[in-house]
Amino acid sequence: MNLTQQPLALQLAAGGAGEHRALIITLFAVFVAATLAITVWAGRQTKGAEDFYAGGRQFSGFQNGLAISGDYMSAASFLGIAGAIALFGYDGFLYSIGFLVAWLVALLLVAEPLRNSGRFTMGDVLAYRMRQRPVRTAAGTSTIVVSIFYLLAQMAGAGALVTLLLGITSEAGKILVVVLVGIVMILYVTIGGMKGTTWVQMVKAVLLIAGTLLITFLVALKFDFNISTLLGAAAENSGKGSAFLEPGLKYGASATSKIDFISLGLALVLGTAGLPHILIRFYTVPTAKAARKSVNWAIAIIGVFYLMTIALGFGAAALIKPEAITAANKAGNTAAPQLAEVIGGGAGSTGGAVLLAVISAVAFATILAVVAGLTLASSSSFAHDIYVNVIRKGQATEKEEIGAARWATVGIGAVAIVLGVFARGLNVAGLVALAFAVAASANLPTLLYSLFWKRFTTQGALWSIYGGLASSVLLVLFSPVVSGKETSMFPGADFDFFPLENPGLISIPLGFLLGWLGSLLSKEEPDAKKYAELEVRSLTGTGAH
Amino acid sequence: MSAAPTTDPGTHGPPDYIQVQSSEEFDELRRAHRSFAFPLTVAFILWYLGYVLLSSYAGGLMATKVLGHLNVAFVLGLAQFVTTFLIAWWYSRHAAAKLDPKAEAIKSRLEGDA
Repeated sequence: MNLTQQPLALQLAAGGAGEHRALIITLFAVFVAATLAITVWAGRQTKGAEDFYAGGRQFSGFQNGLAISGDYMSAASFLGIAGAIALFGYDGFLYSIGFLVAWLVALLLVAEPLRNSGRFTMGDVLAYRMRQRPVRTAAGTSTIVVSIFYLLAQMAGAGALVTLLLGITSEAGKILVVVLVGIVMILYVTIGGMKGTTWVQMVKAVLLIAGTLLITFLVALKFDFNISTLLGAAAENSGKGSAFLEPGLKYGASATSKIDFISLGLALVLGTAGLPHILIRFYTVPTAKAARKSVNWAIAIIGVFYLMTIALGFGAAALIKPEAITAANKAGNTAAPQLAEVIGGGAGSTGGAVLLAVISAVAFATILAVVAGLTLASSSSFAHDIYVNVIRKGQATEKEEIGAARWATVGIGAVAIVLGVFARGLNVAGLVALAFAVAASANLPTLLYSLFWKRFTTQGALWSIYGGLASSVLLVLFSPVVSGKETSMFPGADFDFFPLENPGLISIPLGFLLGWLGSLLSKEEPDAKKYAELEVRSLTGTGAH
Repeated sequence: MSAAPTTDPGTHGPPDYIQVQSSEEFDELRRAHRSFAFPLTVAFILWYLGYVLLSSYAGGLMATKVLGHLNVAFVLGLAQFVTTFLIAWWYSRHAAAKLDPKAEAIKSRLEGDA
């Protein structure tokens, strides 16, 4: 093994002393200070509910496209996909494709009608033609569950990453980091609302793209801008030969893992258009046309970003020994920062230290921005769907509503901090995929039926939301993600009755089926007048907020 | 910031949505959206799932080298990126030409500020 190729891993193993730490902390502090300044500025302009929930609806299609990209390119996709490619080659790359194709569902079926007919939350559209209180409760519940799963994965990831890159090994230090991340995120959302959060997403997206472009360029330079040379070098250095470039290293082990991959693919491609923190972004632009434009920008930015993860992942595979990657992090989550150090000139070189610090700071910025977006989505839904429309039966003033949203932010932030502290040691890799599965099983069927199916009823909506939600969560509870395997959350316990790690293959069709069946078996007639109103408004933009 | 409207901002009272919904003009708009978006959605989901299935069950085919170290699996994966970009562009062109004018005509009449 070549020592210069695994300095980060060695440093980490040795406790993580390195001059890059000061630089990482400085860069990250600059990011936090700058974004907090933006947040305070945005907070001064946040007066009514329209500002707090929807950023005043004055962002352009491009700005929102950038912010959507910032919300979507989480640490899981930046660090996770680069790491998965670095370790499993082609199978890691396969992951990113579902994440991208999924945007077409949002573009063709969801973004514009949602923007036209909703106001602040996903629940606005789901409850439009239904009895308000039960459907709002269901929509709020599923929004909060999806966001908390997603949030938990990010918080646990933050803890692990900070531990690795800053060399904080004491328990108290790790807890402190999770608490600090939580506090900054609560500040973003309570002070800046949607306007502040949107600007944070934009800043983060630009930093992430710039950092990735730089590394991609340096990798391309090293391999003469020839992708075949890069792939060849990666295959050779991985020790797996051409199998590294073919399907099967991660998902091809058994008949079950192959079916599992199909299940994951289905959840990824259908989940995006049901993620509440993505859906509420469409309310930040003035018109449906601008919403369309923002999805187009998001597809372009996210697509190019995922293409660059090929360079990142295979670059890491070509330049760093696989043992050095797994030594730093078993799942390969630090492959991208490791690559940055190597490509910048190696350990001890100024270039290496600077690049490592830049990429690490970008990774922290990513986590912080994504958790802020998720917290905003769940506190909005709590305040608008549950507090105002269920508890207060629509009788709250705007001031009370925003107050409730701010308190909900503090509450959900506190929950996220506590969960993040407890989840530090758990394997949470499955949680993001689970959030996608719940979104695809509970939210997407209900959303599509609401918008496009005349005979959909309140009972149908409740069956699809609760049915999709319960089936996906229960199937995961009894899957190898939670128990029965070495990599499970509770490796000691053994109640994995369901063989697949991702429930989508069962729970998504079930969500659609239950929505249909619940409507057919419904005693109450669908509200034809309300559907006419929703359909006309959603397609034409009449009376859009 | 505008005061949060709770009813439609139209000045002529709320429109009769049932009547609009059953009008021929609206029917054309609905058809122009659905006949484009629905089949295309089915098509790209099948194309994506087909690609996932090939990756899982047609390892031999996917491993075939096309150019240097680039194999069929990579070419199809990159093709997914290309088709995603193309479909987004195609839908947006369709929407601008066929949906937006119809939608705006109905909207401006309903809101009474043509």
